[in-house]
Order: sequence, then C-alpha cells, then structure tokens
Amino acid sequence: MILRTENVGKTFGAFSALRNVSVVIPRGRLTAIIGPNGAGKSTFFNVISGALRPSEGRVFFEEREITAAPQHALARMGIAKSYQITNIFPNLTVLENVRVAAQARVSRFQIWRSRAMLAAPLHEAEALLEFVGLTGRATFLAGSLAHGEQRALEIAIALASKPRLLLLDEPTAGMSPEETRVFMELIVKLARERTVVLVEHKMKLVMNISDHVIVLHHGEVLAEGTPDEIRANDDVKRVYLGQTQRAGARST
Amino acid sequence: MSQAPAAFARVADLCSRHRVAAMIAFFLVFPWLMPYKALAINVLILGLFAVGFNLIYGYTGLLSFGHAAFYGMGAYGCGIAIARYGLPWPAALAIGILLAGLGALVIGGLSIRRRGIYFAMVTLALAQCVYYIAYQAEPLTGGENGLRGVDVKTISLGLVELDFLAPTVKYYFILIFVALALWCLSRILESPFGAILEAIRENEARARACGIDVERSKLVAFVLSGLFCGLAGGLKAMHLSIVPTEVLHYHTSGLVVIMALLGGMGTFFGPFVGAAVFLLVEDQISLFTIHWQFFAGALFILFVLFFPRGIWGSLTHRIGRT
Repeated sequence: MILRTENVGKTFGAFSALRNVSVVIPRGRLTAIIGPNGAGKSTFFNVISGALRPSEGRVFFEEREITAAPQHALARMGIAKSYQITNIFPNLTVLENVRVAAQARVSRFQIWRSRAMLAAPLHEAEALLEFVGLTGRATFLAGSLAHGEQRALEIAIALASKPRLLLLDEPTAGMSPEETRVFMELIVKLARERTVVLVEHKMKLVMNISDHVIVLHHGEVLAEGTPDEIRANDDVKRVYLGQTQRAGARST
Repeated sequence: MSQAPAAFARVADLCSRHRVAAMIAFFLVFPWLMPYKALAINVLILGLFAVGFNLIYGYTGLLSFGHAAFYGMGAYGCGIAIARYGLPWPAALAIGILLAGLGALVIGGLSIRRRGIYFAMVTLALAQCVYYIAYQAEPLTGGENGLRGVDVKTISLGLVELDFLAPTVKYYFILIFVALALWCLSRILESPFGAILEAIRENEARARACGIDVERSKLVAFVLSGLFCGLAGGLKAMHLSIVPTEVLHYHTSGLVVIMALLGGMGTFFGPFVGAAVFLLVEDQISLFTIHWQFFAGALFILFVLFFPRGIWGSLTHRIGRT
C-alpha cells in the first residue's frame, strides 16, 4: 500500500462532497477512480494531492500522515500530480518547463551559480521529453504547443519530481480520440514503473488498463475491486447504466 | 536578404549573451549622450532602483507599491551613518544596503502571503509607516527638512584622491557600483533560483506542485530586491549630499513602477531605458511648461495601452522575431 485514507469527508458549506471515504491505493499498480459527474472524484483527488484539506478524516502516504501537509512538501515526499486543466509554464520553453521541475528537487536557494551548471536536471529533462515524445519541441514555448502535447508536457513536468505516486485528474479531457489513444498508451507505459492513480469520468477508457478500480458515487465509495469485479457489480451497473443511456442519447 | 540585418542580428545576439558587458560599455559613453552629467547620474541611480524593483515585479510577478521604503532606508541608512556618526562612506553604504535588506525582510515577511491588489496595498501601507517614522524622528532624520550634511567630498582610493564633487568623477564612481549590481543581478537571474522565480511568475500553483516553496522563494527575492534598492538609495544620498523625505514618499514607489513599465518589465536593460526616458521627458518638457507631468503621464498611458512590453521590451521582441 502506498496511500491510504481514513474516513475522509469534505464539506463545502452545507454540501458534503465526500463522506466517510476509506480507501487503500496499492503500490506499483494503476488505480482508477471512476464515477459519474458530481461523484466527488475531483474533490477526492484534491484531498489526496494536498490541494484541499479534508473536513474530517486522515490521509497517509507510506504510513506518514499527510492530512495537513503543504503541497510543496508533498511534492518533495514523492507525490506528483497532473491537473484537469492544462497546467504548465506557458512562457518558458518546453525544455525549461521540465528542467525547472527537475531542479526543484535538488536546488532551493542557489542564487549564485549558473543554472546551466546543474547538469543532472537538464539531462533528466531531456530524457523525460524523449519519454513523452516531445524532444522535437524542446525549444518551443510551452504555450504554443497543441493541446495533446501540452498534456504530455504536463506529465513530463510531473515525472520530473521523481514521484513514487503519480496522480492524474481526467488527463484525456478535451482530447481528440487519436490524442486520447496515444495518451492512454503513455499512461500504461508510466504505470509499469510507478504507482499511478487516475481519476476518470469515462469508465470504458480505464477498465482495460487498470489493476484496481474505486467507484465513487454521491461522495461515497460505491465499490472497490479489480476491473472484473467492478464490471460484475450490480450497484455499479445501475449507476452507470443510467449514465451511459443519457450519454448515448446526447451523442446521437 | 541583405547583410546589414544579419550583422545587426549578430551584434544583438552578442549583446544579449554578454548583457552586463554591453551595458557597461553603453554606460561608459552615456554621459556624453545626455544634456548634462547630473542627469546621467540620476538615470544610473533611478535605473538601479528600477532594476531592484524589476526583480520582484518583472521576474517574480509581485507588484509591490512600497518599494520607496527600501530606496529610502538605503538613503537614510547611508546618510545618517555619514551625517550623524561620521562613518566613512563604504561603511555607510553597507549600512544603508543592510538596513534596506532588513526592512525588506520585515515588510516582505508581513506581506508575501497576500496576492495581487492585497499585496500591493499591504506593501504600500507598510511603506507609509516607514515614511511617517522617518518624518517624526527629527533628531535622527531631520524630519520634513530632510537630512543634511551627507558630505562626501573626496573618495580616497589608496593612492589617489578622487574629487567626488566633479560630476564626471561622481558618475563613473557610481557606475562602478551599478555595474557590480548588474553583474550580481545577472548571476541571480541565471541561477537555479532565477529559474524558480520565473516558474513562480509563470504559474504559481504549478510551481508549488513541483515542490517549490513559493512563499520562501518570494521572500528571498523580495529581500534581494530590497538590497538592490538600498544600494540605489545609498548612492542617492551620497550624490545629493542630503536625503529629502521624498525618497520615502509613495510618489517614489509609483515612480519606480512607471519607470519599470515604461522601459519594459522583466527585461534586463528596460528599467534604465524607462528611467532615462522619464527623466529626459521631465528635463526637456519642464523647460517649456510646468505641466510636464501631463506629458509624462500621457506617454505612460500610451505605452501601457499600445506597447505593454515597454520601450525596451517591444524593441527586443521585434528584433527577436526577425
């Protein structure tokens, strides 16, 4: 186990977005958190990534409590994340986007030596761009990339902090089918070497690649298990059947 | 393609790679391009002040409206050490810089967690506190009459005695400090820490998620900015041989914002361009009318509306594209 939550709840005023969520994220696996709109997926993502403090309950990373830890400390402990909206440094070059993230791990207040002398972050950044397929774009301004490329860059930025746990919030949102296909391949490649948690709205997208699936509904855990167990679960079928019918009606 | 643009591009490239050397070379001839030397000295000093401000505004993305505090602390720190305690100028200048750095640590420590307009207002309010303290502490600061007697007549450099009252000597003496400051700033901007500041300016939330301690980094940048402004203030005190209370006034805080924006925020040379243009406008137009500020203001509005990169920023952007 790499991450564990204990009775986590989150309320916004009178609205409770999460209730009593206790889950265990297994180490070295790809875990998908799915659920219909408004199920509390993003709130849960923000709680485990430190962007939101839970109203109740506790969160543990590798058995250390991280409930109230500041975000930059979480990044240093080994949790990285990619957001639902593209989140990069638009006016820096693609290479510098990744380099500065890799540098954040090794250097804090070095104000006198040259950044070019820090060789390790530069090499890491180049290797990561190669990994996500952006080597040819290294000198471009990040803001000028296509949407799918920006998402790939974001993954490279997230990986630059050498995370043991990578959190992805609806990474394929807004992508074309082709971009989505390429991107899911990248995620599978990522998950071979580290623990990945993927928050996703589209159930179909993740069922074939995940090892472990958590289904949220109305802020509570509806089901948890292997993809096969989830497929066979009656509660999940009921919740998702209504959803797919409506989605099907909309897309025709 | 003709050869002239190519040669020009080569020179531009050379200048951008050796920006400190290029600036020093420019400033060596600069006094002869200005109507008179005192104006060139003011450009150096106010330009340096704007450079310090630019570190926090242009490179880190924090709009401070209280930077007069650090300029003024540098001026008063240096001035009081000379006029009240009779210390030699190097010690006095160091005291001015350190006082400004300390002031930046306190004001920055209290304001750095606020953002946008709130940050601007908190820095403005705290800088006004400094202004009133200096205004009231008459025995030490001279109050509203200003601090008199900051007399540095000669600069002794071991064997040679320099006549500090001669404008040309004074200009090159101050240029040494400006050049040193620019070299330091260039190194800071090129350092890993400089990369962190850019990242914070570009996307604070992302920087935080990368593991960057945003608050601490901002505070360090704020203090560094204060040190540069303190040096500018100390040089101002030595140059004028008095310290007027205006150095701490919020007009001065506004002035530095205008100069940095006019020249081009986040550019290396921009603050000096902004200072030079502003002072030239003041100098030339005030020959004809006392309402020169109207024209300076109109120029400022023109640039904010149509050339938001500022004079130098727009120029380098255009060269970079061709």
